[in-house]
Amino acid sequence: MDQTLPILILAIPITMFFILGLFGMKMSHKLAGVLGILGMGTAMVLSYTVAFTYFFSGDAAFIIDGVRQQVEIFDVTWLAFTDKLVVSLGFLLDPISAMMLVVITTISFFVHLYSWGYMEGEKGFQRFYAFLSLFSFSMLGLVVATNIFQMYIFWELVGVSSYLLIGFYYKLGSAVSASKKAFIVTRFADLGMLIGILILSFYMPTFNFIELTQNGGPELALTSTGGATFLGGSVLTWALILIFTGGMGKSAMMPLHIWLPDAMEGPTPVSALIHAATMVVAGVYLVARMFPLYLMETASLDFITGIGAITALYAAIVACAQVDIKRVLAFSTISQIAFMMVSLGVARPEIHEGLGYMSSMFHLFTHAMFKALLFLGAGALIHAVHSNDYTSMGGLRKYMPITHWTFLIGCLAIAGIYPFSGFFSKDEMLSAMYGYSTFWGVWMTAVAGLTAFYMFRLYYLIFWWDENPNYKHHTPHDAPWQMSLPLIILAAVSCVAGFIPFGELVTWNGEPYHIHIEWVKIAVPSLCVAIAAILLATVMYRKKNSLPDKFAAVWPGLWTAAHHRFYWDEMYMFVTHKIIFGGICSFIAWFDRQIIDGTMDMFAKVTQKTSYAIRGLQSGSIQTYVWWYFVGAVALAAVTAWVIL
Amino acid sequence: MNYSEFFAMRMELLILAVFLIVFLFDTFASASARKATTPLAIISFGIATIAGFFCCGETVTAFAGMYETSPVISAVKCILNVGAFIVLLQAVNWIDSEDASIRRGEFFELLFVTLFGMYLMISARHFLLFIIGLESASLPLAAMVAFNKNKYESHEAAVKYIFTAVFSSAIFMMGLSFVYALSGGSLYFADIADSIRFNTNSVLLITAVAFVIAGFGFKLSLVPFHLWTADVYQGAPTSVTSYLSVISKGSAAFAFLVVLCQVFGAVYSDVWEWMMYALIILTITIGNLFAIRQRNMKRFMAFSSVSQAGYIMLGIIAANVLGMTSMIFYILVYVFSNLAVFGVIQAIENKTGLVSMDDYKGLHKSNPWLSFAMTLAVFSLAGIPPFAGFFSKILIFTAATESGDVALYVLVLVSLINTIISLFYYLLVVKAMWISPDAPVVPSFRSSCLERVALWICTFGIILLGLVSCIYGYIYCVSSQAAADGFFMNLL
Repeated sequence: MDQTLPILILAIPITMFFILGLFGMKMSHKLAGVLGILGMGTAMVLSYTVAFTYFFSGDAAFIIDGVRQQVEIFDVTWLAFTDKLVVSLGFLLDPISAMMLVVITTISFFVHLYSWGYMEGEKGFQRFYAFLSLFSFSMLGLVVATNIFQMYIFWELVGVSSYLLIGFYYKLGSAVSASKKAFIVTRFADLGMLIGILILSFYMPTFNFIELTQNGGPELALTSTGGATFLGGSVLTWALILIFTGGMGKSAMMPLHIWLPDAMEGPTPVSALIHAATMVVAGVYLVARMFPLYLMETASLDFITGIGAITALYAAIVACAQVDIKRVLAFSTISQIAFMMVSLGVARPEIHEGLGYMSSMFHLFTHAMFKALLFLGAGALIHAVHSNDYTSMGGLRKYMPITHWTFLIGCLAIAGIYPFSGFFSKDEMLSAMYGYSTFWGVWMTAVAGLTAFYMFRLYYLIFWWDENPNYKHHTPHDAPWQMSLPLIILAAVSCVAGFIPFGELVTWNGEPYHIHIEWVKIAVPSLCVAIAAILLATVMYRKKNSLPDKFAAVWPGLWTAAHHRFYWDEMYMFVTHKIIFGGICSFIAWFDRQIIDGTMDMFAKVTQKTSYAIRGLQSGSIQTYVWWYFVGAVALAAVTAWVIL
Repeated sequence: MNYSEFFAMRMELLILAVFLIVFLFDTFASASARKATTPLAIISFGIATIAGFFCCGETVTAFAGMYETSPVISAVKCILNVGAFIVLLQAVNWIDSEDASIRRGEFFELLFVTLFGMYLMISARHFLLFIIGLESASLPLAAMVAFNKNKYESHEAAVKYIFTAVFSSAIFMMGLSFVYALSGGSLYFADIADSIRFNTNSVLLITAVAFVIAGFGFKLSLVPFHLWTADVYQGAPTSVTSYLSVISKGSAAFAFLVVLCQVFGAVYSDVWEWMMYALIILTITIGNLFAIRQRNMKRFMAFSSVSQAGYIMLGIIAANVLGMTSMIFYILVYVFSNLAVFGVIQAIENKTGLVSMDDYKGLHKSNPWLSFAMTLAVFSLAGIPPFAGFFSKILIFTAATESGDVALYVLVLVSLINTIISLFYYLLVVKAMWISPDAPVVPSFRSSCLERVALWICTFGIILLGLVSCIYGYIYCVSSQAAADGFFMNLL
């Protein structure tokens, strides 16, 4: 393939970032918005072209004997540590990166368009678009990375742009602390990832993904790390788990999930783009990217399954007890990403030809669409009632029909109702889980049921329940076209995306997989569970009644705990403030102030004193200069002669 | 005589041509036409600089082995060319001023002659040619230092410079005469190297090495041969100061490497490694200690460049391919960083006549771009990432520790501590410009077009050299080739 299109896909967003970042303040809002939207639109069209060429052109470079190939469109050496250990920057095209190109540019384009309405009149409008462009660039660079080091670089860039966007309202204290929290937590997780990368590259002297995962690379990794163990795990297992730690941070897996709900302080389009559709799935993408390596040590996959399953259940329970609609969606995102993680964790070549991998990517795709839809819908609601809490909403279906219908489609999709897209991907994931073990299958079916319940709870509380009296003063209405259009298109996509023959396009080894829905064993039972959950939600929340309070009163402890997210934040506060800051750090601070600073001050004083003491050397008289010159030359000779001879 | 051998000297011939063009024009042009000397000199030298990039041929020796050129030598000459070109750009404003314009032809001619001398010094493989180069690189500089002949400081500086130069030449020649005796009557580098290989431990040889080092110590301002530096840098016109501190120093450093490795290579670990060891520690430390207290920017830069020379010498003490590469790279980075600082100093001095650090207070309010360029430059000099100075420092430290000798690790440690001290005084400049609450002393002004071009070149150099590895890669490649051609062959 020609290199121009791939280069342009990366170059356009970063150019937009620089243009809007440097000259944005001199532009009108309209011009900045149009530039950002046009730039992203172009990148979207180019990405579609690249993905279409990759999947459907039948070019011998991309598909050989029906097997899709990984192709490095270009790969430029940047830093060469040794002959083999080279950091390069390039563009890797394979099924998952082509799919991600489509997902990122699509969502990003709609978010750009949506923000034009949502952010209208905000101070720093141009800065917002500049940051959006920076984020899009970083995310695109991440998914097309040819090597793990490039991925790491863009991984951090993504973290930075996320930080900038969460803290967009930098005069708001809560936004500032949320952005710091997000950055610190994910950065902390990335430390683990970096260590993992270093361990892996120590044994496998390469960063390149193709060398690591293709043509015997994983086997070589297994043999070259063979023998050495640490705390009962092989070196490769540890390296892979450490790399996964980075993914846990970005994808908000327990116990590193605490930043994502707070990240909702950012503008809602940002939540849709970064904290629902793209950045948070980076962890899933990372595991998928290195999947052949993870297959070598199934212990690491079991770890991923365990973490994912616990997170999925935990987040689903918490989502049932939140008031802020964006937080409900945030916990729903955590739960859904955990779903994908479990699906990856149970993927094995011998179980339905690695179905778990395919279904995980499928769900990533469909989830990105409907979760972006839900978030953008939530944005429209917040835009209308100026509050994040469902207590200020209720009965909105009459006032905001477009938002209502699209939101309903999003809910049906995430609940996994036929024929919406979520049904298909969830069904494939459950097939893979049942294929691996019935235990995880049942567990995740329960999570799916909870998902349907809390989503419809949210839906009813917003659009039915009881009409809020405030509407008399301020009648809510549907959002302007820039905001409604993305909702409608994404809703349409959520209706039909399930029928994409995804197995033909994306599988773990590039060979096509033919999707067949197991109606009797999996689809019908899970549909029944989902419908039962929706019915329960209907009974409880359709009209204002006292049932919810009675339920809450049955298990008061559980409800309060779930409402407080099982006190994770409090635990973190206790550990960091009381134990680390209060205990360990106070000693370190004393040591730093007294011993280290004292030593430094001493050095400074000695330097200063010596400096004054020797100033006579620079007397200004040429005779002294020459004298010193002569003495220096002779002393040099004399001392050396004396020492040597 | 084979005239085709002149072709090997094409870079020297280019400079000679530029010199002749400017000289003839300046001599025969009418008084009113002489204004054109400046653009003529700059354009012709610019062409020579660009042509120089295409002169990097194979390794050739000419004139019965007295002269040698190789890709690495050409690379060093190209670096010097670029540096000298920037100096010229920065000098225009001053040289066209009322005070100096009457002598502007001389300035260019003297500069080209000294550059020519430096070329010879780098390429010479026979001490006779070397001395010619050395002297033609030194003596005309005295005239350049005295250029502001209406100023007392300029005279004083010139006198100090010429006396020390002559004295150092005398010491150097004395060393050479010992060498001449040792080699049994030859001044070829190769012959001398052969003769001392079997005759390593004699007082005569040690004295010879010490005196040769002292001779170079003058040009590089190594402590204790540096005492002239501050007075001369302060008194000389700023253009000359920057030329002295960058171009003259850079060429001498490379010539020093050639002499030490190719002539005295056999006594590396016995004799000169330890002499250099002592000199480096002294140079870096004392340079820093004096720099701390300076308030005059030119004096400040004098001591800063003393200590920078110490870092450059780390590449010599490494005495291997990596050392050579990192030294050349260091010089390149130093050229850009130092010239950026001098560019700012000069722009301000030309406009207002102020050269004290106290006058830089609040500069960012009146001249943000100059402050920006100055900040990048001192960050680079101090070795703060991601600017080029960080990479040049880390590379030269790596090179120095490559042999694994514990003593050299100690040396690098001392240098590192000194880096911290240097950070202090470099940051003083930044503090004065950005943090000091006082109202700016220097009024807001727009520097001339050429000054800005020069500053832009330097700034891009400072940023790009740190991020783009291909230039370092090229230097490494030509250095490896030089090593393969036997550059370090005499080292045991």
